[in-house]
Amino acid sequence: MSLLNMTAVELGKKIKAGEVTVAEACKAALEQIKATEDKLNCYVKVLDEETIMERAEQVQSQIDAGELNGPLAGVPVAIKDNMCTEGITTTCSSRILYNFNPTFSSEAVLNLEKAGAVILGKTNMDEFAMGSTTETSYFGETKNPWNTEHVPGGSSGGSAAAVASGECFYALGSDTGGSIRQPASFCGIVGMKPTYGTVSRYGLIAYGSSLDQIGPMTKDVTDCAAVLETIASYDSKDSTSIPREAYDFTSALVDDVKGLKIGIPKDYFGDGLDPEVKEAVLNAVKILEEKGAVIEEFDLKMVPYAIPAYYVIASAEASSNLSRFDGVKYGYRAEDFSGLHHMYKKTRSEGFGAEVKRRIMLGSFVLSSGYYDAYYLKALRTKALIKQEFDQAFEKYDIIIGPAAPTTAPRLGESLSDPLKMYLGDIYTISVNLAGLPGISVPCGRDKNGLPIGIQMLADCFKEKTLIRAAYSYEQARGAFDECPAQKGVN
Amino acid sequence: MANVITDETIDYVGILAKLELSEEEKEQAKKDMANMLDYIDMLNELDTEGVEPMSHVFPVHNVFREDIVVNGDTRDQILKNAPEQKDGSFMVPKTVD
Amino acid sequence: MAKHYETVIGLEVHVELATKTKIFCSCSTEFGGAPNTHTCPVCTGMPGSLPVLNKQVVEYAMAVGLATNCTITQNCKFDRKNYFYPDNPQNYQISQLYLPICRNGHVDIEVDGKEKAIRIHEIHMEEDAGKLIHDPVTDCSLVDFNRSGVPLIEIVSEPDMRSAEEVIAYLEKLRLIIQYLGASDCKLQEGSMRADVNLSVREYGSKEFGTRTEMKNLNSFKAIARAIEGETERQIDLLEEGKTVIQETRRWDDEEEYSYPMRSKEDAQDYRYFPDPDLVPVVISDEWLEEVRSRQPELRDDKMIRYEEEFGLPEYDIEILTSTKHLADLFEATNEIVQKPKEVSNWLMGETMRLVKEQDMDIDDISFSPKHLAALIQMIDQGEINRKVGKQVFEEVFKHDIEPAEYVEKHGLKSMNDEGALRKTIEEIVAANPKSVEDYNAGKKKAIGFLVGQTMRATKGKADPGMVNKILKEILG
Repeated sequence: MSLLNMTAVELGKKIKAGEVTVAEACKAALEQIKATEDKLNCYVKVLDEETIMERAEQVQSQIDAGELNGPLAGVPVAIKDNMCTEGITTTCSSRILYNFNPTFSSEAVLNLEKAGAVILGKTNMDEFAMGSTTETSYFGETKNPWNTEHVPGGSSGGSAAAVASGECFYALGSDTGGSIRQPASFCGIVGMKPTYGTVSRYGLIAYGSSLDQIGPMTKDVTDCAAVLETIASYDSKDSTSIPREAYDFTSALVDDVKGLKIGIPKDYFGDGLDPEVKEAVLNAVKILEEKGAVIEEFDLKMVPYAIPAYYVIASAEASSNLSRFDGVKYGYRAEDFSGLHHMYKKTRSEGFGAEVKRRIMLGSFVLSSGYYDAYYLKALRTKALIKQEFDQAFEKYDIIIGPAAPTTAPRLGESLSDPLKMYLGDIYTISVNLAGLPGISVPCGRDKNGLPIGIQMLADCFKEKTLIRAAYSYEQARGAFDECPAQKGVN
Repeated sequence: MANVITDETIDYVGILAKLELSEEEKEQAKKDMANMLDYIDMLNELDTEGVEPMSHVFPVHNVFREDIVVNGDTRDQILKNAPEQKDGSFMVPKTVD
Repeated sequence: MAKHYETVIGLEVHVELATKTKIFCSCSTEFGGAPNTHTCPVCTGMPGSLPVLNKQVVEYAMAVGLATNCTITQNCKFDRKNYFYPDNPQNYQISQLYLPICRNGHVDIEVDGKEKAIRIHEIHMEEDAGKLIHDPVTDCSLVDFNRSGVPLIEIVSEPDMRSAEEVIAYLEKLRLIIQYLGASDCKLQEGSMRADVNLSVREYGSKEFGTRTEMKNLNSFKAIARAIEGETERQIDLLEEGKTVIQETRRWDDEEEYSYPMRSKEDAQDYRYFPDPDLVPVVISDEWLEEVRSRQPELRDDKMIRYEEEFGLPEYDIEILTSTKHLADLFEATNEIVQKPKEVSNWLMGETMRLVKEQDMDIDDISFSPKHLAALIQMIDQGEINRKVGKQVFEEVFKHDIEPAEYVEKHGLKSMNDEGALRKTIEEIVAANPKSVEDYNAGKKKAIGFLVGQTMRATKGKADPGMVNKILKEILG
C-alpha cells in the first residue's frame, strides 16, 4: 500500500511502529503536492520543505523518545487559512490579510501540535469563509480533485480537496453554515462539525461567532474521531467554550446500530433534491436499517426558515467581526487616500471581495436603526424555534439523516452569478449551526458523472459519540470508498 | 419585488460599513440586497409572538477571569503587522480631534 | 431678554475602575508606560482573539450600583457598539445597551442647604478606548492602545440638574461614593473620571424639554461649570434669534469658552448595537449580590454619624475629615494607635491642611504613615518634645515620612526636661537682663515674655515653655 492511500491513523500506527518515518510521510505529501497542486490549488501557502523537514525531525525525535504516542503523532496536516498559525501567514483567502502574520496560534492548532502534527500549509477557502464553492478566494479557486471542472464546495474547499487528493493526510476546516460538511460531501471525504463550544474558537478568525466551529476533515470516520479527540478541549480563552464530560471520542468507533432510532425528515427529501443524491442517501439509510437501526420519517417544518434566519444572523455578526480590518493594525492598506475615513473606505473596498462586501452590507443594514427588531430579533426568535424543533425531534430519535447538499459539486463558475441560489444550496446544513448541533458528512456514493455524494447525520448537542458510532457502522457496511483519481495525479 | 433599496440607503450603508462602491457596484448591491430582503421577509410567515430571541444556544453564563496581570510587554509583536508605525505606535491619517 | 430660561442638565459620567487588569484581557491597567507596552492580541483587536470578562469589574459595578440605590440587573449581558475610529481597535466597543448592570438609582445632593435627589437612569460596564496623539512631524495621528480595554462604568443620570452648582455637587457626591468604595480614584485630570454634559434650555414653567446637546472634553470641575454657562448662553441666543438648537455632540474648548460640533457626515451615529456573541450573560444570584452588599465599606454619610457618636468630634471637623476616604482612613488609623480623636483631628485639619495648601497638592496624595503621626503625638503628650518642635518634626513627617523619634534624636530636639540645668540657664538670663527684671517688678508683667523668649533661644527651642514660665516666676518672686 502506498503511503498516500493510508488514513491518518494508519500512517500514525506505521510511524509509531518505526515502519515509516515522519520525514517519509511529509515527503510523500510534498511529492503529491508537487504533482497536483498546480491543477487543484488546495493551498494558499505550502510551507518551505526545509521548515517542514525540521519540524518532522523534531517530532520524530519526540516519538523516538516516547514523548509522543498519540494516534496522530508525525502525521502531516493541512490547516484552513482562517486559523491563526504563529509565524505562518494567515489570510482568510482575502486580499485584506494578504500579508498577515499572526503572533499566536489558534487553540485547535496548538492541540494538534502538542499531539505531534506536522503542518504542511494553509488551505484555500472562500474569502472569510463566505461562500459554498471556494471560488470567492482572492488567491484563485480550488478545483474538485474528482473532476477539475467542478468546484470542491466551500468554504473549506481547500481542506477537502487536499484530503481527497492526498495533498495531506487530514485537515482542519471550519463550519459556519455547512462549510465542512458540504465540501466533504463534494470531495468524497468525511467532515464533521462538532457541537458548538467543543473546539475552542480562540485563534479562528471569526465570520459568524455564534455559529463558527472548527472540525475534522478526514479520509474516514476513524480519523475523524481521532482528530476530534485531539482538537477538542475546554479553553478558558474562549468564553463560549464548553467543558465536556469526556473527550474519548474514539471509544465510540463501534460497529453497532442495533436499536438506534433514526429520523428521516421528509422536508430534507422534497423539491430541489437531485434524484441521484436522494437515491444514494436512501440506500445508505437502508444499509443502516438492515444493520438493525429503526427508521422513521418525520416532519422538520422549520427547515426552509433556517436559510433566511442564518443569513441575517451570520451577516450581522460578520459586519461587526470584519470591521476590525481597516488598514490600521495589520493587513492591506490602500494607497492614495484623502483622510482617515477615505483610507478606511478605500482599504476595505479594495481589500474585500464582492461576496464579503455583500454580506457586510446586508449585516450592517439589518442591524441599523429601525431594522434591528424586524430583522435581527426576528431571526433570533426563528433560531429559538428551530432549536425547539430539533429538541423535540431528538426526544424521539438518536440520529437524523439527510443529504449534505441538494446536488453534487456544481461546475466552476456556475454558482456565483446568483447568490441567492447559492445560498439555497446550504439548506440541509445551515439549521445545524443555528441549533449548535453536531453533524457529520460521510461519502455514500457517486453520481453518473462520478462526483461524490455525502450522507449527513445529525445528533443532539453533545452526542458526538452517537454520531461517530452511526457513521462508523455505516462506513463499515459500505466498505472502502472509491479512490479519488487525483491520488494518481491530475491531468 | 417588495423591497426597494434606494441610492440613499446604499450610501448610508456604505458609511456604516466603510465601503465605497462604484456606480455599477451600487446598482448591483441595490438589487442583491432587495433580493435578499425579499427572501428574508419569508420569516414574517412565522408567528414568533412570545418567543425569546436566542443569542446563545446553550444557557452558559458567568464565564470570568480573575483580576491578575499575566500579560507583559509584547509591543514588538503587536506592532509587527502594522502597515505604518512610528514611536511604538500605529500610524494613521490625522484624526479630527 | 424678556423670557426666563431654565437649564436642564443630565450627565454621563465615565469612571475608570481600579482593577489591576483590563476588562477583557490580562493586561495591566497601570497608568503611563510607553505606547502599546500594556497591550495584547485582545485589546488591540487582533484577528482570532476573544474577550473574557474580568470578574472584579462586575463586582465594582455592583458595588457602585448598590451605593447609588440602583436595582441590580441580575441577568445582564454585553452588546457591541459599532463605529469606526482608530482608537477603537475592533471598530466596535463592547458595552451594555439592552441589559445594563444597574438601573433606577439616585444620589442625594445638597446645594444652598436644600436637599435634592438626582436620579440615575442606569450604570453600564464597557471598555475604554486607546489614545490618539497628533504627530506634528508627519501630520498623522499615532495610536496607543495602553488604555484600550481599561474597564469603565458609565453612570447615566436623568435630566434632573438645573445649575452648574447642582452638577458639581452631584459629581462630588459620586466621586466620594466611588472613592469610598475603592472602585476608582476618580481623578478628572488623569481622566479616570470624565463627564459628558447633556444640556437643554426651556422657558421656566415649561413641561417639555428643549433639544439637547452633548458636550465632551470636560476635564475639571471648573471647565464643567464654564461649559454649562457657555452652552446655556449659546442655546438661549439661538432661541432668542428664532433659531433652533440641533441635537448633536459638541466639543467644549475651555480656552475659547465655546463648544464646537464634533461629528462629520462620516459619523452616522447609528451604532448597530447587538448582543456580543463572544461573551455569555452575567447572572447575579441573590447570594452573590448579598455577598457584595455585605462587603460594602462604610460610606461617608454613615461615617459622619459615627464620628459624632463615637468620637464626639465637632461637625466642622467631621466635614473635613470625611471629605475624602484617604483622609478619613488616615484619621482612623492614627486614632487607632493614640486614641485621642480630637488631637488627631487637630493635626490633620491644622498642620496637614496648611502643608497641603502650601504645596498645592491633592489631599489624596498625602503619603505619610499614620504610625508616624501617632508617634509624634505620643512624644508631645509625654513631654519628650514640645509642641513647637512637634510642628517642625511634623513637616518632616509630612514631606518625607520620617520616623519622628529617630529624627528628634538625630537632630537633638528632645525637650530640656532637666529642671536643674534649665534653672541655671534662666538664672544667667535673669542676671544678664536687669532692665526686664526691673520692668517686671514695676508691674509690667509682660516683660516676662521677653525673658521666656531669651530662654527658648538659649535652649534652641527645646525647653518646655510651661516649665520656663514656672521657674521664672519662682526666681522673680
